[in-house]
Amino acid sequence: MSVLVFLEHHEHAISAGSLGVLTRAAQLDPDVAAVLVGDDQLAPLAGDAGRHGAATVFTAVDAFPSPLPGPRIDVLAELVQEHGFDTILFSNSVLAADVAAGLAARLDAGINWDLVDLELRDGELIGKQPMLQDSVLADVGWRSPRRIALFRSGSFEPAPAASEREPAVESLVANFSEHTMAARVTERTLRADEGPSLADTDVIVAGGIGLGSAEGFELAEQLAAALNGAVGATRAAVYKGWYPASAQIGQTGKTVAPKLYVALGISGAVQHKVGMQNSKTIVAVNKDPHAPIFEFSDLAVVGDVHTVVPELVELLRKHAG
Amino acid sequence: MKIAVCVKHVPTGTLRMRPDAGTLDRSGPGELNATDKNAIEEALRLKEGREAEVVLVTMGPAAATESLRTGLAMGADRAVLVDDDTVAGSDLVATSRVLAGVLERETPDLVLFGQQTSDGGGAVLWAAVAERLRRPFVSQATKLAVGDGVVTVERETEVGNDTIEAALPAVVAVSDALNEPRYTSLKGMMAAKKKPLDTLTASDLGLAGDAVGIAGSQTVVLGTGAPPARSGAITIEDEGSAAQAIFDYLTERDLV
Repeated sequence: MSVLVFLEHHEHAISAGSLGVLTRAAQLDPDVAAVLVGDDQLAPLAGDAGRHGAATVFTAVDAFPSPLPGPRIDVLAELVQEHGFDTILFSNSVLAADVAAGLAARLDAGINWDLVDLELRDGELIGKQPMLQDSVLADVGWRSPRRIALFRSGSFEPAPAASEREPAVESLVANFSEHTMAARVTERTLRADEGPSLADTDVIVAGGIGLGSAEGFELAEQLAAALNGAVGATRAAVYKGWYPASAQIGQTGKTVAPKLYVALGISGAVQHKVGMQNSKTIVAVNKDPHAPIFEFSDLAVVGDVHTVVPELVELLRKHAG
Repeated sequence: MKIAVCVKHVPTGTLRMRPDAGTLDRSGPGELNATDKNAIEEALRLKEGREAEVVLVTMGPAAATESLRTGLAMGADRAVLVDDDTVAGSDLVATSRVLAGVLERETPDLVLFGQQTSDGGGAVLWAAVAERLRRPFVSQATKLAVGDGVVTVERETEVGNDTIEAALPAVVAVSDALNEPRYTSLKGMMAAKKKPLDTLTASDLGLAGDAVGIAGSQTVVLGTGAPPARSGAITIEDEGSAAQAIFDYLTERDLV
């Protein structure tokens, strides 16, 4: 098995999801390679990839200043064809999903997505994929010689490799195809709040209709800040305009699996459940003792978010000193 | 201008697996995938004030005709269904061959997809289809405008907001935050019955039997089991000390 991991990076840091996938890949293939596409300042990132187990890091200068999937599909397709990688792994994001699926078509390679784990069983590569709104966990495989896997964010914890080493860094000169050059970012605004992003954080505090208003989301923001986490929202709350669509968790939003998920005023409809039920620990606060969220919570608190949350924020702030 | 909207007929209600094959049971009732309505709505809005045709494209069983009729009732002009026994069970790679085959015949200026499907399938299909067509693509569109030979898309990602320009012909996947799809009227439903709905087979598209369906698929479901259960849940009712109880719970588990 010869594995290549796509490393997504923004603002000179590799995403935690990508490093988590690399960590897992290094356990399966000690010679795992990784690829970074970006500006000409990728050397420090290559070192970070090495600490997470990459034996080789390929770097390529992007066609554009802002990331789009096209240039990455071109770079990865060339790498796979020239170096013979048979397994290409991605941590899910808007960018990575587009790169993975485009690459699958380019290489006619099988793609399994929304995976939560990957294992080798008698030499056969098996992906673990929750299906049917996460009510079953399927074993999935590949029939093509080249295999592409896209993992749900938060599937793996990034960790230093057992044998830390200086990776071999190889820079590539990419050839970009015509249709890649036909799309470009004309404007890009990075989100101002420098808190952790939903995909990368250990803690998510999510709010639903029970928060009562857009102002009610300040409670979620305060608690997220106290726990060093990110804020999520249900579809219903996003629809009411209480919080941006980028924070939406659930069937039509993001799927997350942080270490701690705090649900504030969320009823727990199945559409929301599928986006967060793989979180390691779920704490829910809701006035309604019959809220479905309590059926899959580790700590179910029947109470009013408007009284419980401010007190909790106060306790956490005191604790932090 | 010609706008193609790729849509999907998805099972209604609780999803089930076919016990033998490890694939989704699609024999029950179905409906037009929710986000695809946002894509159709956007195509219809683009059509307002300009000469344009909106064509729906899908692959699926004969029952998918119902979803195509829903889209036609919303206002699309005609529909193409790829339906034969050989395409059933297609994975992403095989499905992208079929849709790209139809789109190569149709040569639309703009191809729209809905960003999500409620049955978990094809969630990244547009990128594969665009790649086969060798066209630029943009996903997660929350705003869309067509200018002179260019589509301009605004979108939100995990890290911020992008404005992206792509030269036409292009492929765009739209988010459900883009618009509010219109309801179908009785008049629309009556009109839909008379609109052209063509059915094609894989061989009409020049695709061999081993390029599509289960034979042309590169992924396989090997087996299914129960997910790990959540156990040891604690319930507390707030009598003034709930915040302290949560705090203690989190600190005991090193989550603070």
